[in-house]
Amino acid sequence: MTGYPFDFHGFGFEARTSGALWWPEGRWLFVADLHFGKSERVARRGGALLPPYEGQATLQRLAAEIGTLDPRTVVCLGDSFDDLAAVQALDLHIARCISDLSVDRDWIWVVGNHDPAEPRGLTGRSAAELRLGPVTLRHCAMAGQGPDISGHFHPVVSLAGERRKAFVIGAEHLILPAFGTYTGGLICDDLAIRRLVPQGIAIACGRKAMALPLRARA
Amino acid sequence: MTLPPAFQDWFAKQGWQPHPHQLQLLAATGDSLLIAPTGGGKTLAGFLPSLVDLQDGARSGSVHTLYVSPLKALTADIGRNLARPVADLALPIRVEDRTGDTGATQRRRQRVDPPGILLTTPESLALMLSYPEAPTIFGGLRRVVLDELHALAESKRGDQLMLCLARLRGLAPDLRVTGLSATVEDAQALADFMSGSKPVHVINADPGPEPDIAMLPTAQPAPWSGGGGHYAIPEVLQAIRQARTTIVFINTRAQAELFFQALWAANDDNLPIGLHHGSLSHESRARVEAAMAAGELRAVVATGSLDLGIDWGAVDLVIQIGAPKNVKRLVQRIGRANHRYNAPSKARIVPANRFEQIECVAALQAVQARDLDGDPRGPGPLDVLCQHILLTACTAPFDAETLYAEVATAGPYRELARADFDACLDFAATGGYALRAYDRWQRLMLRDGLWRLRDPRAARLLRMNVGTIVEAEMVRVRLRGRGGAPLGEVEEAFAASLTPGDSFLIGGRVVRMDAMRDMVIEVTPDPRQQPKIAVYSGVKLAMSTQLAHRVLALIGDPARHAGLAPDTRAWLSLQARVSSLPEPGLLLSESFPHAGRWHFALYGFAGRNAMQTLGLLLTREMEDEGLGPLGFLSTDYALLIWSMDPVSDPRPLLAAERLRAGLGDWLGENAVMKRTFRNVATVAGLIQRNMPGLRKTGRQATFSSDILYDTLRKYDPNHLLLRVTADEADRGLVDFGRIEEMLARSPRREHRMLDRVSPLAAPLLLEVGKIPIRGEGRERLAQIEADALMREAGLETVA
Repeated sequence: MTGYPFDFHGFGFEARTSGALWWPEGRWLFVADLHFGKSERVARRGGALLPPYEGQATLQRLAAEIGTLDPRTVVCLGDSFDDLAAVQALDLHIARCISDLSVDRDWIWVVGNHDPAEPRGLTGRSAAELRLGPVTLRHCAMAGQGPDISGHFHPVVSLAGERRKAFVIGAEHLILPAFGTYTGGLICDDLAIRRLVPQGIAIACGRKAMALPLRARA
Repeated sequence: MTLPPAFQDWFAKQGWQPHPHQLQLLAATGDSLLIAPTGGGKTLAGFLPSLVDLQDGARSGSVHTLYVSPLKALTADIGRNLARPVADLALPIRVEDRTGDTGATQRRRQRVDPPGILLTTPESLALMLSYPEAPTIFGGLRRVVLDELHALAESKRGDQLMLCLARLRGLAPDLRVTGLSATVEDAQALADFMSGSKPVHVINADPGPEPDIAMLPTAQPAPWSGGGGHYAIPEVLQAIRQARTTIVFINTRAQAELFFQALWAANDDNLPIGLHHGSLSHESRARVEAAMAAGELRAVVATGSLDLGIDWGAVDLVIQIGAPKNVKRLVQRIGRANHRYNAPSKARIVPANRFEQIECVAALQAVQARDLDGDPRGPGPLDVLCQHILLTACTAPFDAETLYAEVATAGPYRELARADFDACLDFAATGGYALRAYDRWQRLMLRDGLWRLRDPRAARLLRMNVGTIVEAEMVRVRLRGRGGAPLGEVEEAFAASLTPGDSFLIGGRVVRMDAMRDMVIEVTPDPRQQPKIAVYSGVKLAMSTQLAHRVLALIGDPARHAGLAPDTRAWLSLQARVSSLPEPGLLLSESFPHAGRWHFALYGFAGRNAMQTLGLLLTREMEDEGLGPLGFLSTDYALLIWSMDPVSDPRPLLAAERLRAGLGDWLGENAVMKRTFRNVATVAGLIQRNMPGLRKTGRQATFSSDILYDTLRKYDPNHLLLRVTADEADRGLVDFGRIEEMLARSPRREHRMLDRVSPLAAPLLLEVGKIPIRGEGRERLAQIEADALMREAGLETVA
């Protein structure tokens, strides 16, 4: 597991191969788009009955990162829950694990479009946006309102025939890949992303983190 | 039943004489299976009893005759053909089709006022059966005609159709079923497949005269490797010129594109030649079909997309480019030429390379011996049953006991164990997980002894996902600009490998990718560029077991080499001199150094899927032995592995026990399994292809089925769908059975240590499709690619 270190507006960050972002100096850990409760929500709405293990799987990976890095602050950058009802329906075991993980840490739920309000009954505090020096932490990057760190788009790149989760880093926007297990991806070249980051790099997550250029579009 | 006078007159007016099999079918009192060559008036035979039955009019409110074919185009064609006798004889019958193309208004009307004769596809039938009105629509059904049953029986579409047939037999106990099939290797097996509780009577029509089939002589010998067949372009053009209308069959879509382009480059007479394959847009295919029907084309280059379908009487020559891989398919393709009964079909074969030349000769001998091949069908797959159970719940609440009894009358499910049925029902109801997470949100609930949808609105989603055809994820291609014309589709994996500016071939022209928007690739024509080759499909048909045996027997017996081309003869005799020839009973392998690496060649003749599995298993074994395998490639005939150190004794590596043990470990994380899982999960209803209102949101919301597979493997390894996946892969893409067959039929082993490449191995070195060993190697590959891209962009010092 080799991360990729880079600077963004004066902060030395590390893009972790897990898809989490790490700020060693302040001991902050960022994750985006956990989408807890996804399978439950799909079932509730009459869709397929997906294997109900994605919460466990997401949590295991998050717990591994927290165990390794021991962050002081954990920021979940929105869409942590697939909807607000999913918070209420959350497996007790998962709620307890989150609570265990948050002991002695500042745990912040940034709201997202799937979870636009505070997750009631869970540890941690909720915020619409957060500041880290000049940088805003929000769910979805806002053009002209950067610099910001966000999630929302689930960026992926296609490398050697495989799709991999990726960080997108531009001058004003730093976009995290989705950390949740049941999450799809949007190719970094998609206009929705390239409007925000016309030029920059993508860091693909694999066994090693790998940087790729995002060229200016013709 | 005999032919009424009005019908006899009609036949006479056409200048026709009823065929004996048409009269036999008319006289039949139970279910029948008619085996007849194309052009034998097969379809009319199937409909004749219905037309006679209906001459005094149909009972309204219910369908009298249901016709099911694998192709939408075929239903439309049959509709046109039936119109003539119906009009000539003034029969009071309404004939209508019902396919995915039928408009909503027509569909609604058909549910209230069904036509006397309804023409449809298995998917549309499954859909119609899922409506609450199904018992009324089909309650008075008297006859079912299953067209091209041999083709349907080869896939899950056939299993689904048989489940639907069992339902129809339940709704209308007086039903009589007629199956229509091209020549097959085992007619009785097909009859059992379509039978209900009573046996099916097989009627064999006169197979007609021997086909005129031979290799196409070419000035240049076949090349050592490759699959294009371009060396034969002059002779193919000459053959097209001499015939009236020709179908040129070629095995893959990418090859069809390239061959079509090469053909046009040499087409100095500007003969009208078209292209037809499954990745082209519906519009372009329809254009080619119409031109063909109108006799405006001299030839069409096609893939399996034309294996079935519309009767083009004018086709008088079929050219097969590349080895046919199985004899039955070759015979059926030959039958596409000359649809006039009692005229011989004419076909010419062009092997694409040296190995295939031997295969083509062996296939010709099999055709002459009327020795058809085919693997016996396995039992009805459980993913299809899962879908059937969910669709049954869409019709009305059902009793498990009754449904099980009904399913067990369907041919493919006759041996279905109650425990397996219950597992499918549990999957449909609760997801079937060890963790019972969905008590509140079950799909099906048991109430008053009957299973029903918890949320009736779910029926819409289930109906949107009817069917067992799982296509690779495709991306549409269209010309740039507002309202640009659609050109066709390419696989998503191929689309992902394109960057703006790259060019590829589609519909016979070179286009340049401009942008990707809303999952559509926008392109501009760019005839000057050399195209990147479009890779449409990763799955290729494996050579059949029987044909493989014939090829091996031909190679191993120098006395029979006289039937081969001189260059092929010379090649084999050189092989016999410097190494050995593979032969029945003997498994030959060779080790030799080449280009600084050791190579291990194994001539297994077990088909490409099994040889690929063997490659994956053997490289693992070699890794354990410290031989440092670097990669391998597999063909239908052989496996070639390159490594740091040589294999000096393959016997321990090839122990069946050891391979089987390795299979269990390896299978789980394999891409082949993931692809199979995707099919299974889609058919069973775990993955939905179609969602209301979700067409244009891109891929952010949907996630890969690989994630579901990995999650299930980790947290619920005994889940039903993993079991179904393993069974299916074992029969299909993994094909371990054929590795065991290869080991069992080859008690003698011979390993040759050579100082250079052997003649038989040489073409393998030229093959494409090498598989690097996964793991660190793959990671390194990606790193190299990423570094190169960064360097190119001058970005290696970023951050």
